[in-house]
Amino acid sequence: MSNQIIPVVVAAADLHQHLATLKGEGYDFLELLTGVDWGEEGLGVVYSLTKTSDGTMTHVKSVCADRENPYIDSVTDLWDVANIYEREVFDFYGIKFLGHPDMRRVFLREDWQGYPLRKDYDESSNSDICLEAEPISDMAVKYTIKGDGTLHEERTPIFTDDDYVVNIGPQHPSTHGVLHFRTALDGERITKIDPHLGYIHRGIEKLSEGYTYPQTLALTDRMDYLGAMQTRHALCMCIEQAMGVEVSDRVKVIRTIMDELQRIDSHLLFFSCLAQDLGATTAFLYGFRDREEILKIFEKTTGGRLIINYNMIGGVAHDLHPDFVKDVHAFIDHMRSKKVGLKEYHDIFTGNVIFQTRAKGVGVLTKEQVISYGCTGGTGRASGWHNDLRKLRPYAAYDRVKFNEITFDEGDSFARYMVRMKEIEESLSIIEQLIDNIPEGSIQEKMKPIIKVPEGIYYSAVEGSRGILGVYLESKGDKSPYRLHYRSTGLPLVAVMDTACRGSLIADLITIGGTVDYIVPDVDR
Amino acid sequence: MAVNKKAPVINNIPYEEFKDNETLEQLIQELNAGGVNVCVAPLDKLIDWGRSNSLWPLTFATSCCGIEFMAVAAARYDMARFGFEITRNSPRQADVILVNGTITTKMAPVLKRLYDQMADPKYVVAIGGCAISGGPFAKSYHVVKGVDKILPVDVYCPGCPPRPESFLYGMMQLQRKVLVENFFVTTNRKEHDPYDKAMDEQYVELLNAQEKA
Amino acid sequence: MFDFEIVTSWLHEALTSVMSEGLAVLIECVLVGLGIITLYAIFAMIMIYLERKVCAFFQCRLGPDRVGKWGLLQVICDVLKMMTKEVVNFRQTDRLLHHAAPFLVVTASMVTFACLPWNKGAQIIDFNVGVFFFLAVSSIGVVGILLAGWSANNKYSLIGAMRAGAQIISYELSIGMVMLTMICLTGTMSFSEICDQQATLGWNIFRGHIPALLAFVIYLIAGNAECNRGPFDMPEAESELTAGYHTEYSGMDFGYYYLAEYMNLFICAGIASTIFLGGWAPLVIPGLDGFNAAMAVVPGCVWFLAKVFFVLMLLLWERWTFPRLRIDQLLKLEWKYMLPMSMTVLVIMALCVSFGLTF
Repeated sequence: MSNQIIPVVVAAADLHQHLATLKGEGYDFLELLTGVDWGEEGLGVVYSLTKTSDGTMTHVKSVCADRENPYIDSVTDLWDVANIYEREVFDFYGIKFLGHPDMRRVFLREDWQGYPLRKDYDESSNSDICLEAEPISDMAVKYTIKGDGTLHEERTPIFTDDDYVVNIGPQHPSTHGVLHFRTALDGERITKIDPHLGYIHRGIEKLSEGYTYPQTLALTDRMDYLGAMQTRHALCMCIEQAMGVEVSDRVKVIRTIMDELQRIDSHLLFFSCLAQDLGATTAFLYGFRDREEILKIFEKTTGGRLIINYNMIGGVAHDLHPDFVKDVHAFIDHMRSKKVGLKEYHDIFTGNVIFQTRAKGVGVLTKEQVISYGCTGGTGRASGWHNDLRKLRPYAAYDRVKFNEITFDEGDSFARYMVRMKEIEESLSIIEQLIDNIPEGSIQEKMKPIIKVPEGIYYSAVEGSRGILGVYLESKGDKSPYRLHYRSTGLPLVAVMDTACRGSLIADLITIGGTVDYIVPDVDR
Repeated sequence: MAVNKKAPVINNIPYEEFKDNETLEQLIQELNAGGVNVCVAPLDKLIDWGRSNSLWPLTFATSCCGIEFMAVAAARYDMARFGFEITRNSPRQADVILVNGTITTKMAPVLKRLYDQMADPKYVVAIGGCAISGGPFAKSYHVVKGVDKILPVDVYCPGCPPRPESFLYGMMQLQRKVLVENFFVTTNRKEHDPYDKAMDEQYVELLNAQEKA
Repeated sequence: MFDFEIVTSWLHEALTSVMSEGLAVLIECVLVGLGIITLYAIFAMIMIYLERKVCAFFQCRLGPDRVGKWGLLQVICDVLKMMTKEVVNFRQTDRLLHHAAPFLVVTASMVTFACLPWNKGAQIIDFNVGVFFFLAVSSIGVVGILLAGWSANNKYSLIGAMRAGAQIISYELSIGMVMLTMICLTGTMSFSEICDQQATLGWNIFRGHIPALLAFVIYLIAGNAECNRGPFDMPEAESELTAGYHTEYSGMDFGYYYLAEYMNLFICAGIASTIFLGGWAPLVIPGLDGFNAAMAVVPGCVWFLAKVFFVLMLLLWERWTFPRLRIDQLLKLEWKYMLPMSMTVLVIMALCVSFGLTF
């Protein structure tokens, strides 16, 4: 099964029209928007669209040849998530999107020189230590094109003089990392959120372009550290499928089990942190206590607790520990036990009337909104969007297990919470179906000493702990990728915060932020 | 008569089992060089004992190491045992900043400001490869190659991320370092009082200059 | 039962025999003042240690155990550290108000602390409108909190202080109503008389049966809110406002808030045990003379402390179990449920008393 994609090339002038037509045909989910620097050919963007009904994908590519002053029509009016994606492309490639309401940098400092992901970026143009506070502009920039073909710049203020703006972050206990929300308040009510990202932007995509394929693997675990297995799985799978390597059944099953364990790990942490943010410290410790059990299982087999480095191109790094099956069984029994595990969480937290009143009806997102914002994973499923890749485009061993895709229709914080709690049960059931009959076989396919991916564009995705985790890989046939782009699960979730929080109280910001469940290093990459 | 500072002792763990005792011995030697006041020394010892057992960390985490930090605070590793119990969210009330994770160019001024906001005595522990040297991201265009370029680091705690035991070891090393400090002579803040009239004038000048620009 | 008044009057006589009345009173005042401060500090330390250990056990942890046996000296370390920590001064703040605020909070809680009846005859501030005095003094604390938020020139502090103001003033209403209910039963506003009465007639919670029990529950909830303790720790709501109104305080200024928070909790439990559980009065069951005599052997202050720590345990249990409320829910709880309920309880109690339905 090849994962090569051949994008339809559309001229910049027809792009908006073409995408609008595709959206009308049912491709209503903008899964990925990748900026690429094709050197001589120019800078461009690849749009990856998905039909929410059956998961089929189509890819559209548009190039602008002018490297000095590149611009493309914005599609923010078609998909809300395009807003943040296009800002990301502007930040890294300097492509201006015409009609975009807020064309500012999103990850890098506003006084940053140059566009780092361009192939001709000069590393020395910025010093790596700058201790002056970042200048934060209060003006949103909108570019339009005038009749004579020149760009017109229009500036509008983001906050009015009457707004009481509070900085939530970058150092704040409940932003789950270093995220900066400039929040305008009316009393305690939120009127607008302006997210600033990039406080943990490490340039993983640029680094990958200089690394060999096995080296790029090392960085994936450090993006979404609560989906370390899955992210690495996605990249390994992408490279394997691109090279036409078929991994053994044993590897597939092991990867599936590990992915699910990781999902439980992530959801337990989600529970713990949500409880902590809402002030229920004891529930936090209960969640962490059980999470340690998973870490113990990971540690026995892989040697790592959080950063695991387990999946390799063509297999996995080590065979399972002899105790693995026994430990996993014990863990499943522990979680399902009538006294501890999930039961305890529901007793201490889910059923609590204070939690319920704080979560129910708070931060409601409709199905249209989550699709438009591309909020996959539990956040999307809580609003009734069936987006589970394990069902839509099964990979690894997911086609041979039975499980339910948990969806709710309420779309509020409580639904988002319940989706995760129920998914823990489903994951336990998936593991239980696989654990007793892990097929024999090799754990590592024989690979060439230097791994080279044939020329082309490839895309693979897995269902990460918090949504679709895609890997866009463009190769020129070298031992390093030409462009490696990750579909971050968290970026759309951060983008949706403004919509979800407007009109809520500050305290709800914490609930909503906790339940949409983003991981900032995964957002920033 | 001089009362000498002695090698720091941590409960239940023999002195020899710690690494890098030489640095501490050198510190002690420097402190003892001029002789120590007989009245002040016991008081100093008392204060050091108090401080070393009550190092409240600032809740600060940028990435992966932060999750391990949470694990250290949780039931199995429980750093509350050592008195690092209360993670304060306000830098004013924290004693030690554990730099958990990568510090990027955009984060650097924020981190520096956080450190400046802390009240003396304050300590810095660099946790994990990224904070020590940039770690796996040392080649990146947007990563500070080691937090010691912007802050005075007391203890380095390697790992990616360090295991919880390693966190605790790092914190114990910091305790040992705190135990050989002099309170009455050296560590008091040397910065100006912001209410100082002269400072005020300087500030007004600065403001005026900024307005003109 | 040992009457502490014997000690105090002996001391007074001894002093007046060698000096003038005025000087003797002055010396006594100083002694009592020192006594209050010492007790205050000691109980604050006990409280902090207790909370840490109890919460650790709730959370399957060990809690402090390295400094001293079972970590008993942990709090002393914290105090030493806090006392030697720098107090940060800021430009663009109101310096006087900024430093006065923690003293106001601590003063309020010290004065209310002095109202507690420790033993028969061992009460520092006691006069005929004691309950009234207690309510009045305890509200000084909120001024300190509001000043802290205002003077720090920090948005988080300001939001925290505004929340605290709204919360404390609201819940004071409930506390007032509950106190009124119990005064209705006892017919006196003096703490010492309330205790004396309970020593002979039985504890108020039994005497007042249903309305008293309801009032007790309301008092516990409102008292917890009054102390800004979880689930009502809105003003400092760590996850939203970093540290709320004391965000900008460091060193001992912060230490005062920290102490006052715990001592307010102690006082809240102390008042609960005074007006509901008999204060220093031993458990008396009419008819069982042998049992009553045995109970009376136990000193009053032991009874008092035992009751206080029982109530404290209830409060800690609540603190470490529930998530935090939201500010609008918190005010709704007070104004829509607790206040009408406490008024109803007052009416029921009044009816019970007037128809002689109490014991």
